[in-house]
Amino acid sequence: MATTKNIKIDSKIPEGALSEKWTNYKAHQKLVNPSNKRRLDIIVVGTGLAGASAAASLGELGFNVLNFCIQDSPRRAHSIAAQGGINAAKNYQNDGDSVYRLYYDTIKGGDYRAREANVYRLAEVSNNIIDQCVAQGVPFAREYGGTLANRSFGGAQVSRTFYAKGQTGQQLLLGAYSALSRQVKKGSVKLFTRREMLDLVIIDGKARGIIVRNLVTGKIERYAAHAVVIGTGGYGNTFFLSTNAMGSNGSAAWQVYKKGAYFANPCYAQIHPTCIPVHGTNQSKLTLMSESLRNDGRIWVPKKLEDAKALQAGKLKGRDIPEEDRDYYLERRYPAFGNLVPRDVASRAAKERCDAGYGVNNTGLAVFLDFSEAINRLGKDVVEARYGNLFQMYEKITDSNPYEEPMMIFPAIHYTMGGIWVDYELQTSIPGLFCIGEANFSDHGANRLGASALMQGLADGYFVLPYTIQNYLADEIRTPRFSTELPEFLEAEKAINERIEKLMSIQGHRSVDSIHKELGLIMWDFVGMGRNEEGLKKALVELKRIKQVFWSDVFIPGEAKDQNTELEKALRLADFIEIGQLMATDALHREESCGGHFREEYQTPEGEALRQDDKFSYVGCWKYMGEDQEPQLIKEELNYEFTKVQQRNYK
Amino acid sequence: MGVFFLNSSIGRKFVMSITGAALVLFLTFHSIMNIFVIISPEIYDSICHFLGANWYALIGTIGLALLVVIHIGFALMLTIQNRRARGKDAYQVTARPNGVDWASQNMFVLGVIILGFLCMHLYQFWSKMQLVELIGKINGEEIHVAGSVVVQHLFQSPVYCVLYIIWITALWFHLTHGIWSSMQTLGMSNNVWLPRIKCISEIYATIICLLFVAIPIYYLIVNLIS
Amino acid sequence: MEKSINITLKVWRQRGPKALGKFETYQLNNVSTDSSFLEMMDQLNEQLIADRKEPVVFDHDCREGICGMCSLYINGHPHGPDEDITTCQLHMRKFKDGDVITIEPWRSHGFPVIRDLMVDRSAFDKIIQAGGYVSVNTGGAPDANATPIAKPIADLAMDAASCIGCGACVAACKNGSAMLFVSAKVSQLALLPQGKVEAMARAKAMVAKMDELGFGNCTNTGACEAECPKNVSISNIARLNREFLSAKFKD
Repeated sequence: MATTKNIKIDSKIPEGALSEKWTNYKAHQKLVNPSNKRRLDIIVVGTGLAGASAAASLGELGFNVLNFCIQDSPRRAHSIAAQGGINAAKNYQNDGDSVYRLYYDTIKGGDYRAREANVYRLAEVSNNIIDQCVAQGVPFAREYGGTLANRSFGGAQVSRTFYAKGQTGQQLLLGAYSALSRQVKKGSVKLFTRREMLDLVIIDGKARGIIVRNLVTGKIERYAAHAVVIGTGGYGNTFFLSTNAMGSNGSAAWQVYKKGAYFANPCYAQIHPTCIPVHGTNQSKLTLMSESLRNDGRIWVPKKLEDAKALQAGKLKGRDIPEEDRDYYLERRYPAFGNLVPRDVASRAAKERCDAGYGVNNTGLAVFLDFSEAINRLGKDVVEARYGNLFQMYEKITDSNPYEEPMMIFPAIHYTMGGIWVDYELQTSIPGLFCIGEANFSDHGANRLGASALMQGLADGYFVLPYTIQNYLADEIRTPRFSTELPEFLEAEKAINERIEKLMSIQGHRSVDSIHKELGLIMWDFVGMGRNEEGLKKALVELKRIKQVFWSDVFIPGEAKDQNTELEKALRLADFIEIGQLMATDALHREESCGGHFREEYQTPEGEALRQDDKFSYVGCWKYMGEDQEPQLIKEELNYEFTKVQQRNYK
Repeated sequence: MGVFFLNSSIGRKFVMSITGAALVLFLTFHSIMNIFVIISPEIYDSICHFLGANWYALIGTIGLALLVVIHIGFALMLTIQNRRARGKDAYQVTARPNGVDWASQNMFVLGVIILGFLCMHLYQFWSKMQLVELIGKINGEEIHVAGSVVVQHLFQSPVYCVLYIIWITALWFHLTHGIWSSMQTLGMSNNVWLPRIKCISEIYATIICLLFVAIPIYYLIVNLIS
Repeated sequence: MEKSINITLKVWRQRGPKALGKFETYQLNNVSTDSSFLEMMDQLNEQLIADRKEPVVFDHDCREGICGMCSLYINGHPHGPDEDITTCQLHMRKFKDGDVITIEPWRSHGFPVIRDLMVDRSAFDKIIQAGGYVSVNTGGAPDANATPIAKPIADLAMDAASCIGCGACVAACKNGSAMLFVSAKVSQLALLPQGKVEAMARAKAMVAKMDELGFGNCTNTGACEAECPKNVSISNIARLNREFLSAKFKD
């Protein structure tokens, strides 16, 4: 691992007081006049909350936008699966919320590893998002008086989460999708569905286009533009089993990394505490049960090891265990926040109990989430009104009735805080390449609070990027449109074709999924919830072996120039393996515990995460140095000017 | 407004539902009139006379024929379009989902059955009643057919009684779906009224069909007893 | 409790949009009843790959019933023989040992087959592009609480908005009609004051596009509602009819 201090990172934070930075920026940035906007092309990859909102807003401004997605429709991007809600500092509940408080909760929730100026801007524009979405016809939940309703989420002491049943992500995405559709009709946005970005084209040091594979015909296509925006989500599927969609992948991010964009904090991965446990080896993905369940559900395991053994053997059921023999370990350890501690804390506590042998299902990897007390206190009707759809979903999957039997849950990979490094303008280290939403290293530091992902995606797309990208494009108005016949495009296409040919010609004996599952197990065991030096080193060895297995023994049936699902998966897996390596490298180097990154060597006597602020208060940016070369670490120091850095305490 | 009746799907459905609703009104009248053949043949005959070879009855008949023709014409058009919309490959396995009435998926077939019996009906009744009077009028004769006699004569045959019962059964199926469907198409439905409208249309269809079917059943029983 | 079953699958295989398709029969053993239907399909594909054959192509993504990507017409039902779920939420415990399961793509003129069980549903995007939005630009929206909306109205709009655009309504409809899909969007926006302004133009534009794309005429069979994984009600269709007819009569 080569560390170089002489590469200076400029995060372009504007001058001034925290609350004035964004206003100042907007007042002084360069803009593009309307007649010039028509002449500028922007490629937006991804149609999730960030991608769709950015493409729509840029189209409204008059830019010529090309928007790509891998699904058959922009509406299917995985933002759609977000359940709980979206935060905003509206203070409609009069409970003392403010922009500053939302900012502070987010910084603290992120374990003081996020950039102050970015997070403050996020909190500032959060209110505009709610206004915008309501104007689009998003049917948020309402009170009888007709005003908007709110609910509480982990890591906050105010009620600031807006929601639309358990389908908030869906409704927000459909809002952005409708705005996008309007621009498609107007002709300002051209939509390219079932296309997967395979490479970035750089001309004279600036991002000028992309190479994509048409997933229906298998043809390689070239697209040019004045700027490229990546909004392709996170890389949680490195673990094979995650709450991400099956198609979610880190390939677009990985390709731009390989072209020179820095990858920041790859080891920060969020593990969500309330997912339905793994049932067997055929499991393809994990289903999240909304964090809102922790409002009324109580988490426990048996106090006695023999009870746990009986549960694991199927001889006992959860309801058979008497009250006095139950260990409500979150309430025991964190009396102040109880079952509503942040996600990283709740996940680690579950792992700790299961590691100690107290798991409650046949694999020993599950804890109870129990509603019996809530049903007794509130009545079944009230519980059904609040969580009915989630209970139904649980029963469909597990065939167990959560009104009678406590739910079984276990943590699963959910979200990646790390991602492509961006400056205050959301521009990567490659000029003209921007990165938004979960794909960038984002505003969440080392841990993201519930209901903040939707906020960040939409903030980036609606209210930040449409401004900041103009500061770059203002200097591009004299640049004519590019031909995709330029040598840079042809070379990139050639390289892609060679890579595909190489994959197709291996003709080995392993299916893509079988290798991916193996990768997932290694990641989960050594780069998962609890990490240590020995394990991470072992992971790096194992990952190298997996990479070798993949490139020598994978089997892809069918043809390259045709619809080919296995080839799509193989191209993604090739990148996942390398992402896994970078995650392990980053996790190994960060000798501290913070947020989603827990190094077992660094914990308080009570088992809480122990940061090393004197050594690691920086963003770890990785620069690609070539195939099988050690990446180079570049540090962006985090100087907390406005907030006092403290040990997180939820007790 | 243009020709949306023809070139939009909801417009075409609008025509179906309006003509359908008008035919339901006619059936309502017809069924009430019919029942008098049992209660009081005199009254029945005087209604028949009233609806004989008069200009208003003629206009009514032509209007009615027009409604039937439009209803059938649009049904044909919709059915052809809908078959095309289904695509070229048919499903290998199909199942009727819970809550979907058999009638609703077989309206065209029911319509064809009804149309077939209607032809028989026109030949057996209308051609021997109003038509005879009309032809008479053209030839300068005043003819009064006693409708009740024609009815009584025909329903001497138990075969015809049974055929009529089958016809009305098909009509019942057609109406149970048709009545609420026409209201749905006209937009007169919401979450609360949807089940109510369905219930109302079943009751209404049942009443109409009971009135119709009462006559062949009555004659079947009378014939059995005698 | 978990157990294993052996099943026979009859799967529609079609090389491309213009190719002729046919059913292939596969035997699949040791399927865990705790698997989801799509995990069973994964297992089938792993078996095919092990035999060095091309796997069955089908659309799927989130596998938690919200993205609307998964389709499959299973034993005569879109999304299979269970209620209020998508195919990805269907579990193998709904089947018995020895069952023969027939799997077909959505069949409709509006959804041409791309390959095997994968169909092209971009017609739905085109319908939304015709008018399924509120014409509001980013920025400058009034405060979210400026216009109160009665809770029952907001709830009704939410029920309509829960449509996931999967196309099961079209697949289930013997007329290949997309009325439930169109009416859900028209209803959601017509119910809310923000969307009411353009309600008439929207209804006309979306219906015209739907007709143009070759979807059939609704005959109120209600199969769409019965098979809808999100329980979208056909009373939305009545509302669409109302909106459309009143718009046309006002012209």
